[in-house]
Amino acid sequence: MNPLSRFFRKLSILFTRKRFHNELDEEMAFHRAQAQKELEAGGMTSDAARFEVSKQFGNTTRLKEQSHEVVGLHMETILQDLRFAIRQLRKDPGFALTSILILALGMGVSVAIFGFVDAALLEPLPYANSSRLVSVDENSAAFPRSNLSRADYEDWKRQNHSFSAFDVYTGMGYLLRAASGSEPVQAARVSDGFFTTLGVKPMLGRGFLPGEDVPGKPKIVMLAYGTWLKRYGARHDVVGQSVMLSGDAYTIVGVLPREFTFAPRGGVEFWTPLLDKNGCESRRSCHNLDGVARLRDGVTLQAALGDMQAIAARLAQLYPGSNQGQGASVLPLTEIIVGNVRPILLTLLAGTGLLLMIACVNVASLLLVRSESRRREIAVRGALGATPVRLARQFVTEGLLLAGVGCAMGLLVAAGLMSLLTSLVPKNLAGNVPFLDLVRLNSNTCWFAVAIASLAALLLATTPVMRLSFQDIRDGLGDGDRAAAGRFWRRFGANLVVVELAIAVVLLVGAGLLGQSFYRLLHVDNGFDTTHLATVQIMAPDSAYPNNARTIVLYREIQRRLLALPGVQAVGITSSLPVQCNCNTDWIRIVGKPFHGEHNEVNEREISPNFFGTLKARLVRGRFFTDDDVAAKPQVVVINETLAKEYFPGQDPIGQKLGNGALDATSIRQIVGVVADVREGGLDNEVWPSEYEALYQGSDTFFAVAIRTAQDEKASLPSIVSTLHSIDPNLGVYGEITMTDQIGSSQSALIHRFSTWLVGGFATIAFVLGVVGLYGIVAYSVSRRTREIGVRMALGAQRGTVYKMVMRQAGWLTTMGLGIGLVCAVGASMLMRKLLFGVQAWDVPTLAGVAILLGTASLAASFFPARRAASVSPTDALRAE
Amino acid sequence: MVKKPDLLPGTLDMLILKTLTRAPLHGYGIALSIKRLSDDVLTVEEGSLYPALQRLLLQGWVKAEWKMTETNRRARFYTMTPAGRKQLGLEVSQFELVIEAIGRILSDAQEA
Repeated sequence: MNPLSRFFRKLSILFTRKRFHNELDEEMAFHRAQAQKELEAGGMTSDAARFEVSKQFGNTTRLKEQSHEVVGLHMETILQDLRFAIRQLRKDPGFALTSILILALGMGVSVAIFGFVDAALLEPLPYANSSRLVSVDENSAAFPRSNLSRADYEDWKRQNHSFSAFDVYTGMGYLLRAASGSEPVQAARVSDGFFTTLGVKPMLGRGFLPGEDVPGKPKIVMLAYGTWLKRYGARHDVVGQSVMLSGDAYTIVGVLPREFTFAPRGGVEFWTPLLDKNGCESRRSCHNLDGVARLRDGVTLQAALGDMQAIAARLAQLYPGSNQGQGASVLPLTEIIVGNVRPILLTLLAGTGLLLMIACVNVASLLLVRSESRRREIAVRGALGATPVRLARQFVTEGLLLAGVGCAMGLLVAAGLMSLLTSLVPKNLAGNVPFLDLVRLNSNTCWFAVAIASLAALLLATTPVMRLSFQDIRDGLGDGDRAAAGRFWRRFGANLVVVELAIAVVLLVGAGLLGQSFYRLLHVDNGFDTTHLATVQIMAPDSAYPNNARTIVLYREIQRRLLALPGVQAVGITSSLPVQCNCNTDWIRIVGKPFHGEHNEVNEREISPNFFGTLKARLVRGRFFTDDDVAAKPQVVVINETLAKEYFPGQDPIGQKLGNGALDATSIRQIVGVVADVREGGLDNEVWPSEYEALYQGSDTFFAVAIRTAQDEKASLPSIVSTLHSIDPNLGVYGEITMTDQIGSSQSALIHRFSTWLVGGFATIAFVLGVVGLYGIVAYSVSRRTREIGVRMALGAQRGTVYKMVMRQAGWLTTMGLGIGLVCAVGASMLMRKLLFGVQAWDVPTLAGVAILLGTASLAASFFPARRAASVSPTDALRAE
Repeated sequence: MVKKPDLLPGTLDMLILKTLTRAPLHGYGIALSIKRLSDDVLTVEEGSLYPALQRLLLQGWVKAEWKMTETNRRARFYTMTPAGRKQLGLEVSQFELVIEAIGRILSDAQEA
């Protein structure tokens, strides 16, 4: 029988203890009766026989105990140990509270962060058989993952052998006709099988049927659960009703279930089939779709990728103009959804691991101090007959008790922290972080808590036991025998402090580097003045603004009316605001330069004449647009410095012409100006070449307005929105935010802010624990050596020598801790360099700063015990013992 | 009065298992059986018999069930399990090895 089943049998006996004893009683009574009968049969009187039998048997209770010991779990002694342990802790509430608090904090933080890791990285996506779902996209030199064009999608879908289903989705904005006017709503257009592929069934009505996504089919829509709740009062008769989206009537066919989320399209309210091809979708070179597919059984990701790459290569040969250099990308869907949070979550988890380690080490060293001062107690118990095992068990019990209580409290801390942290994620981003709902105490997190509590218990239990076994218990009886006493402990405890300090260094360096990254990220050169800048997005109904002339009137009216607002200094319009993304790109070709069909990918923006003026962007050469750059005039373009450097090295770009790959006449534009780089992409993206076209030479009903104000830009947002509504109540006005807020809440800023604050928090705790730990060690060692110091001073040692002696020990420990810590810190920072921005893992100022901070704090922490040691009066010290 | 020799340490489990090879027995029966088969040389103390039985139960070498005796009293009968049979074989062969070795040493000592 293996030890495990033996243990379970013991356990089962424990729960049927009464029955066990009764059966044993009965068995032995039977034995006795039989023995007595035997003796009587041999001629003994019954009294004599009974006496003989009891003599033979001896103490029945003792007998029973012997049997019980075989099967027992030593429950009684465990309880006894436990009671004693609790009494010990109650006797020293300061120690108990400190240890439990430290442990609860360490475990709570670890479990909370693990909750996020579990929800994001371990739990499967909320779709049927989600491990077989992949994200399918094109890729090119500029984009490792770029959208699919509709024509390519249709070919890929037809030709592939890897997917049992292959669908696409794309973001969409509609103007929803509501009682209060037009309201812009987020929507998505999807291919017919999108929901079936994900395995999502509508909770009401039906999903899209095969063939319902082709151009010309009836306009139908599915509602998100939230939309149904908020806009339709959760009425069950919505199916069949019609809803006006951007002037078209759509019939509601179904409602999606509450638990359905699709992170790549977070806040979508209305889901419609693809239907008619928009301008972009009728061109093979225009990419606006994202693919999601289900792998056929037995097909690997690699095989699917190969399949798609082969198709892409064939298409590139067939359509070199649009498809040259366009490859394929097949990634697990999880990668798309949680790939960007993985490094930060793992970094944080590692941080909490270190913190937990410090916490445990700290409590372990507290336990050591106590075990040292309990030497006499142990010695007495040993002398009274307690076996070493029994004594060791006492410490194990205490360790387990501490870890257990700490773990229980830690779970409370974890629950609190999880809800606190999830509530810190801004609402507008929560839809893109679908796993937030899953962050809670579940079986996974609880198991994790139990696992780390067990590890902690192991450490807490073994530390004092190890110490115990290294020393002869009898030594403890000799009172005041101190000279050699703490030697092992000093050495071992000192090692623990070195570990603590090293961990503190790692966390402090990590926090320092992340903090610097965050600072540099927020202060990265954006190429314009981000302060006092309000922004707002506008969606104008196509029906009311069908042509250039009408839209340009709207543009001019918006600028005129907003400029008239008090405090507004300048107003500009752009097709999309800066510091968003390197997206909405165009492929350009320089007139008169060799061209081989390569894709010269650049950002493409349409801006009003005063847009750069409003941003306070700097003109490098030539001119910006004027009110005169209208459709009737020659087409003009302003390029950024990066484009100028890349495509016109050492040349003057002014007067040069660029167009699309085919150099269609309508696409040719003359360069009239060069602007100093304005950051279009995210804070941590590199600056791309960008071209800016004159807004009045094109027209779009979907645009953004930037307003420079003299005073607080936030305060002017409401009046801006109301002014826009007064221009045309049917304008969709949304996303009003100040530029600084927009930058601060951008994904890269958020990720950096979160990691900085969290790791900073961990580092602070680690710092305090490390310094307190060092103080404890030095103070303890001084108190142990009071007599020795007294003797030294009685023999003529100067106070300075005593100082030196104590400080030397502290200095040695600190140096060791710092040294080891700095080496580990560089290693750890290398591992998290994905999260660093503008700073190297071996950033010397950070390393030096941490070393100085921790070194100073450590020396201060050891100075006080040193002073106490130096102020010892020799006579008192000698009398003390 | 001559003191009866003690059981060799470690042999009790083996003896119990051996007595159970023929038929299931209760504790008293086991003690009696050992006593009789050894012609009263070996006696099993009750104080060691019952803990030993619990040990064997725990190892899974014997099974126990309550049955009626011929005299119609309830008693716990122990039966050997296949694992017990294997264990017995193991212990007997080891024991024989040891006895043989001791025998060799003793005979050598006599010759010297």
